[in-house]
Amino acid sequence: MINFERVSKRYAEGHDALREVSFEIARDDLVFLTGHSGAGKSTLMRLIMLMDRATRGKVMIDGVDLARVARRNIPGHRRDIGVVFQNHQLLFDRPVFDNVALPLIISGYDYREVGRRVRAALDKVGLLNKERAMPLTLSGGEQQRVGIARAVVGRPRILLADEPTGNLDPELSSEIMQLFEAFNQVGVTVLIASHDLALISRLRHRILTLREGRLVQGAACE
Amino acid sequence: MNKPRLEGARQSRTRFADRYNAWLRHHRLSAADSLHRVLSNKLSTLMTFLVIGIALALPVGLNVALDNATQLSAGWDSPSQISLFLRDSVTGEEAAALATELEQRPDISAVQVVTSEDALAEFSALSGFADVLASLEDNPLPNLLLVTPTTGLEGAAVGGLRTKLGERQEVSEAVLDMEWLQRLNSLMELSRRIVMAIGGLLVVGVVLILGNTIRLAIENRREEIVIVKLVGGSNPFVRRPFLYTGLWFGFGGGLVAALLVTLCLWFLRAPVSQLAALYQSDFTLKGLGLMGSLNLLVLGGLLGLAGAWLAVTRHLADIEPR
Repeated sequence: MINFERVSKRYAEGHDALREVSFEIARDDLVFLTGHSGAGKSTLMRLIMLMDRATRGKVMIDGVDLARVARRNIPGHRRDIGVVFQNHQLLFDRPVFDNVALPLIISGYDYREVGRRVRAALDKVGLLNKERAMPLTLSGGEQQRVGIARAVVGRPRILLADEPTGNLDPELSSEIMQLFEAFNQVGVTVLIASHDLALISRLRHRILTLREGRLVQGAACE
Repeated sequence: MNKPRLEGARQSRTRFADRYNAWLRHHRLSAADSLHRVLSNKLSTLMTFLVIGIALALPVGLNVALDNATQLSAGWDSPSQISLFLRDSVTGEEAAALATELEQRPDISAVQVVTSEDALAEFSALSGFADVLASLEDNPLPNLLLVTPTTGLEGAAVGGLRTKLGERQEVSEAVLDMEWLQRLNSLMELSRRIVMAIGGLLVVGVVLILGNTIRLAIENRREEIVIVKLVGGSNPFVRRPFLYTGLWFGFGGGLVAALLVTLCLWFLRAPVSQLAALYQSDFTLKGLGLMGSLNLLVLGGLLGLAGAWLAVTRHLADIEPR
């Protein structure tokens, strides 16, 4: 589903963020991506999201070579991937419902379908009673769950999460991780970047470790 | 949305009608949402409406004034009159024959003969020099033909007619009586050009003002745009609400302009009709009319759209998720 072949990314200022990274994530897999900050986790995510393009090597997502995705097709590519951000990236002037509905509005679903799917997604993350609440009135964990609901509402087959538990206490963190596992069990490919080694090593999934842009562990599929 | 997918993703199954409906839905949503934003920000919206309204009202008001002046002067426009002073050798009968001949021309509608005797009689009656004139041996006045050109003949053609008639051997001098009218017309033409130039400048100003307003709106919603782009919003999707914002500002400005012009005309109406009454004229000020006001609204909307387009193409592409 996600396939990196000797991918390197060098930024304009000469910093090598990724060096010859190769790995493959199969459909229905849940994989953790770890490493110190600056090791290249975010860069790797950005390449998948087409926020950046690889300097060398090939990134394949769902059989599509990302180098061949034209600029104008980037939005379409992003609609196929659900993303959860560390800082939530919510619209703070809109209620929870509108935030979760955003990807569906962008894809052009009709209102009834939007309502149905948004409630289903909110139900999955346990926030069904908060659909009219403004994000600022929610706790950090709840905001993160709104972000997750938004990421899964369009039923993507790939779910990326960049430090989804970054600001949460251990208990909330493992709740969030259980959510990701639940989505994985219904067939979503999940890639989670996290430096919370204690948490992710308990969960017994494959772990990719980056160090200074190189993949030092987890390259092979088990 | 038009990317071919290898595996049956949702959108590839979306039929054209669904896509059209989605497009329409988002247009409605953007229009309503941006109208709501424009109206909820009362004070700054009012200021923007006023700025645009005043900038539009100025040239439009001047144009309405010019239209009224044209309407007023149309009564005196052509036909102006050409006076043909005939040579002394031409007798009254010959003058009458010439008049009949000239009346056949297509560019002349009427010729009036004023014989030297008539002229002398009129002159002595009006001047009070009757005794002096009676003592003269010869009548010093020539025979005169008053030529009225066909209605609707343009200034240049009337001038040409005057030259042509002046070249005839019976004619000693041909005088166009109403050269001042041509000067007035040139003046009006000049004013119209000036109004057009001012209008052009102000229109550019309106587009820039609106562009700047939209640029600020874009800046204010920068984070939102980043988020929308992150979850897959295309450029047209992000652009749409801002284009509608421009449209609403433009409409509002056009409405204010129409109101201002109407208000000014209403303010001037009473003194103008008083003045007209003094000149025994039933002239009344003509306003914008319904169509004129609607045109102004549409013009405002188009300018708003243009300004928004300018801002959006310049600034929106810069905002990418980092």
